[in-house]
This record gives sequence, C-alpha cells and structure tokens, in this order.
Amino acid sequence: MSAGERPLLEIVDVRKVYRLPRPRPFAPHPVRVALHGVSLSVIPGRSFGIVGESGSGKTTLARIALALDRPDSGVVRLEGASLFDLPRRELRALRAHMQLIFQDPYGSLDPRMRVERIVAEPLAALGGVSRAERRDRVAQSLQAVGLRAADAAKYPHEFSGGQRQRIAIARALITRPKLVVADEPVSALDVSVQAQALNLMSDLVREAGVTFLLISHDLGVVAHICETTAVMYRGRIVEIGPTDAVFAAPAHPYTRELVDATPRLDLAARTAAPADRAPAAHARAGGCPYAPRCATAEPRCLAEAPTLTDIAGEGRRAACHFPLGLDRKARR
Amino acid sequence: MLIEVKDLVVDLPSSEGAVRIVDGATFGLAEGESLGVVGESGSGKTMTALALMGLAPAGARIGGSIRFEGRELVGLSEEAMRGLRGDRIAMIFQEPMTALNPLRRVGAQVAEPLVLHRGMSRKAALDEAVRLLEHVRLADPERAARAYPFGLSGGERQRAMIAMAIGCGPRLVIADEPTTALDVTVQARILALLEGLRAESGMALILVSHDLAVVAGHCDQVLVMYGGLIMESGPVDVVLGEPRNPYTRALLEARPTPGAPRGVRLKTIPGSPPHHREVGPGCPFAGRCEMTADVCRTTRPPPAAFGAGHVSRCWRAEDLEPRR
Repeated sequence: MSAGERPLLEIVDVRKVYRLPRPRPFAPHPVRVALHGVSLSVIPGRSFGIVGESGSGKTTLARIALALDRPDSGVVRLEGASLFDLPRRELRALRAHMQLIFQDPYGSLDPRMRVERIVAEPLAALGGVSRAERRDRVAQSLQAVGLRAADAAKYPHEFSGGQRQRIAIARALITRPKLVVADEPVSALDVSVQAQALNLMSDLVREAGVTFLLISHDLGVVAHICETTAVMYRGRIVEIGPTDAVFAAPAHPYTRELVDATPRLDLAARTAAPADRAPAAHARAGGCPYAPRCATAEPRCLAEAPTLTDIAGEGRRAACHFPLGLDRKARR
Repeated sequence: MLIEVKDLVVDLPSSEGAVRIVDGATFGLAEGESLGVVGESGSGKTMTALALMGLAPAGARIGGSIRFEGRELVGLSEEAMRGLRGDRIAMIFQEPMTALNPLRRVGAQVAEPLVLHRGMSRKAALDEAVRLLEHVRLADPERAARAYPFGLSGGERQRAMIAMAIGCGPRLVIADEPTTALDVTVQARILALLEGLRAESGMALILVSHDLAVVAGHCDQVLVMYGGLIMESGPVDVVLGEPRNPYTRALLEARPTPGAPRGVRLKTIPGSPPHHREVGPGCPFAGRCEMTADVCRTTRPPPAAFGAGHVSRCWRAEDLEPRR
C-alpha cells in the first residue's frame, strides 16, 4: 500500500465484544471477544479479501464496515467520514455508497416481490428518485449483470441459482456504490455457475469501478478477485499483504495451514494430510492465540502475544514471533 | 468386487408421473478402494448413494442390480436391509447435527449399532463407544461420550458420526458430503482420518462430493455425474488428467487456478444444471456444451471405453482435444 492514496474504507483498531446469555439468573454475562483491535484500509480499485475459519470474526468485521453493527471501540471511515460519529441522516446518505451481497441467493430475495422492486430497494436510501428514473436504473443494473431489462417483471422463483445471485448483485449495484461487501458470494452456487459470478465480479472491478471487500473461506475465490488479503484468526488479523505473495509463501503458520488444507486439482500438489495433533496446551492469556495449534510454537509464543509487524517488505505484515520462510523471498 | 452396481435406475414419483433421478449407473468397487462420486445439484449423486443403502425415499422405484458381497440388494426386504445397514454398510451424512439425535448423549448413539448388530450389553457397548471416539481422535473421548450433539463443535460431531459408522467394522462406508459444512482445516483432518481408517481396516469408501478437488486428493476412482447420468468414470488421475467428456473438462476449467493472473476470464458453462424433468431424450449436457451436435439432442450417448477402466458417455469424445 503506497502512501498518499486516500483509503476508500479505513478500519482503525476496532474491538467488538458480544455479551452471551447468563448461565444462571443474576450471574454476570460471559463475554466473547469477536474482534481484538482490527485495523485495515481498502484502497479504491483494489479489492480486499478476508479469509479465516468460522468464528474468526470476519463476518462481524463486515457488518461493522457496513455500519450494520456498532463496534465497542475503534473507528470506521468511509472516504474519510467516520461512520459512527455521523448523524443518522448523513449515515443514511453514505450508505448508498456501500452495499452488501449475501451468501444465499435463495434466502436473500423476497419470493413475493418482483425483481424490479427487489433491485430498486436500495434506492430508497438515496431518496427523491422519480419512477421513470427508477425504472431506468433497474434496467441498467440488470443489464450490467447480464440479465434482460424485461426480467424486472418476473419473480425470483423463475430464475436459476446463478441468475438469482446476479439479481442480488444487480441490487447491490443500483446505487452505483464504491464499496461492495460480499460475504461468501459464490459458495452456495454450483461449480459450473460459480465461474459466471466470478467473471461478473472481475468485470465490475474493471469496468464499473467497484471495489470489493470479499469474505470467503475459499482461497481460490479470494485470489481471483482481490489484490490484498488479510488472514483472520480468532478475532485478529494474523497476516496481511498482497494476495499472491501471502498464499505463495505464507509467513504465518496459520496461513500455511489454510493453504495446505485447501484441496487442489493438480495431482502433483495434492493436499498433504495434516499432522493430527491434539492441542499441546491451552492458549494462555497474553500468549499467541494460535500457539496451541501451531506446529512451530516455542515457549515464547505461549507467554507473549505477537503483534502485527512488517516482514519481508512488499507491504506484508504478520503477527508471529517466528515467521516462516523469512530467508526465502516470496516467489511469483 | 465388494460391490457391483449394474444399470441402476431410480425413479421417483411426482405430480407429473415418475421422474428418473438416476439413469443406468454402472460401477464397481473392490475391498479397500475408494470411489469419488462428483456432481452438481440434481446430478443424482446423493440418490445413487441412498439407493445403495436401501434408503431411497418411499415410493421410489429401483431398477437394475446392486450386488454387495455376492448378495443382490435390489428387492431385498427392509428387514434384511436393516441387518446390513450400520453393520456391513454404513453411511456418514453431511450435517451431523441433523443426523444425530439431539436429545441423546453421543456415547449412547455410538453404542447403539453395537447393541443392535453385535448383541453387546449396554455397558460393554458404551465402553466400546468411548474407545471408538478415541479411535477417531476426539481429544477427550470420555467427555464427548457424555456430551449431547450440540455440545460438540462441527468437526467433533462429524468425528462422532464416523465413530458410529465404523463401530461394527463395515466393509463399505458411504460418506455424503461429509466435510461440506466444515472449515477447510477441519475438512483436511476429517478426510485424512477417513483415509487412515480405510488403510487400516481395508474397508471400501464411497465419497460423494460436489468438489472435484476433494475427490482428486482422496479417491482412487471417480464417477462424474450430471442430470442422472454417469458422464465419465475411471481412475482419478486419468479422468482428471485426460478427461474424455466435455462436462468433466468444463468442471476442471471453471475453477479459479491458484497462481493464475488475477481477473483472468474463467471458462463459464452457460445456463445451469437441468431439473430432472428437463432432461430430454439426448445427452443431459446438450445445450450447455460447446460441442453440442444434432445427435446429442436426440440420442443418449452410450458408454464408450478409453483404456483401462476409463469410460465416457459423449458422442464427440473423439473430437475433444487433449488438455494442455
């Protein structure tokens, strides 16, 4: 990330704690820390990927980025405007610049609404759009995702899964947003249909100036769309950097584990069976949260939590006392 | 051969008459071998697995032949099938949260087939269940046995399901999307566990998956299904290395390749997989296939052999250029 470019989205030291239900009456609420001070910035035109397992906090982060949820502390800025300090009205106007694509193209479209109404919904945030303009924008949006303007009169059930995901994307595009947050956008689609959605997303990056904040467990999907990727583990970013470098030569052992666990088609590089080890120890408060699972943990890792620090240049950072492969340069 | 399936047909009743879900599946599997069944939604892969287990839905009509350990399973009484199921053949389902009984302790559920098929006492079966839970490498088997399914993580539940499936030492285990709901790192461990169990017990494994890459890493043989038909089958390396069917080829090329330049166009397959009642008299992939010819629309392609055990159904297989 070169200096001087104004970030589209800036997340600074965001913390989020969820209160869980009390185990018994009058007991204190147990808490679960979903985000432990996460910072990142998304540069316009450079899509950003977030990978990590369930419970890593990636969806919580997405919700906060869209102001759907408030952090306990920290700052979120969209084009310099701090989302949680804005009056409600201005926040509403700002919301038009960011949209969300959900995972499930079946559950996220109201079956009783016609496509026109579904796609036009986000326009309400802009206010003052005439009926004629509304119809034009729906038609443009549908055409942008490869559907026909006439499809606006149909209902969702008349479309296949891949087409429904296009409708969801058309809805996200109608306000001409700068930032589109996509949470597992293709994982509910059949393989033969996924490619259509991924091609559409790359076209939007190139032609419509959309920047994606893409959340996925599928490293291949993230690598296909995103220039920069953050790897999250238990509410922290453990590694961040240019996607190709991060996946080709992971610095954090957790990233290495993710890359190795990803099933591959090329027979030469079949998934190595991971060592099936029981956790060596419980994570200690103050230690590295990954240490109990880590193949290369040392005593220091249990005692002292590493912070995200620069490694190997090229804008790469990792939170590890003993980053992998520092002697080698990232190849390719 | 441990299991030999010939011309398996599954018809399900619907308001518009019977619908053919599986059309003429033929394959076999030897002791200790693993077979991947790959397909998209509506391909018939799950119904094929259910038919082998005698678990096809009520009203289904099963045709053809399934010979397991020399015994014909098609037409076998439900009572005789129940004697085999959980004992000689076992199944692992996609979502253990729905396949396990939420109101019974995990240990009791793992013990149940042992009581049923091995005539063990409850006490002995429970002890054996703890041993099985340890065998599938649950970190604290005693605790897992006492827990209810909701008290375990997704990966732990799937391990408990596997413990339940292998309890009686089945010769064939059928796993239907066993890792689809799990994180990749957990998926890799569960698949490695299944592979280890297969190696040590000599059981055969049928792995049903939508993910070609999962099958590539863990199976000897593969069936690629589409619209109820086995489009291509054979040794994994051959089918994925030199596919003789445009559908297999399209599946391989539709996925983003690691290391490819960002945003490079992926090969798309127009349209989406057909519903069962949309499959006409021709090839089910006709229309979506870039090589579609007239004959593809009118006549089912017959299976044709391309070297040892490699079979493809495609009228234009000879015109398919080798992959680079």
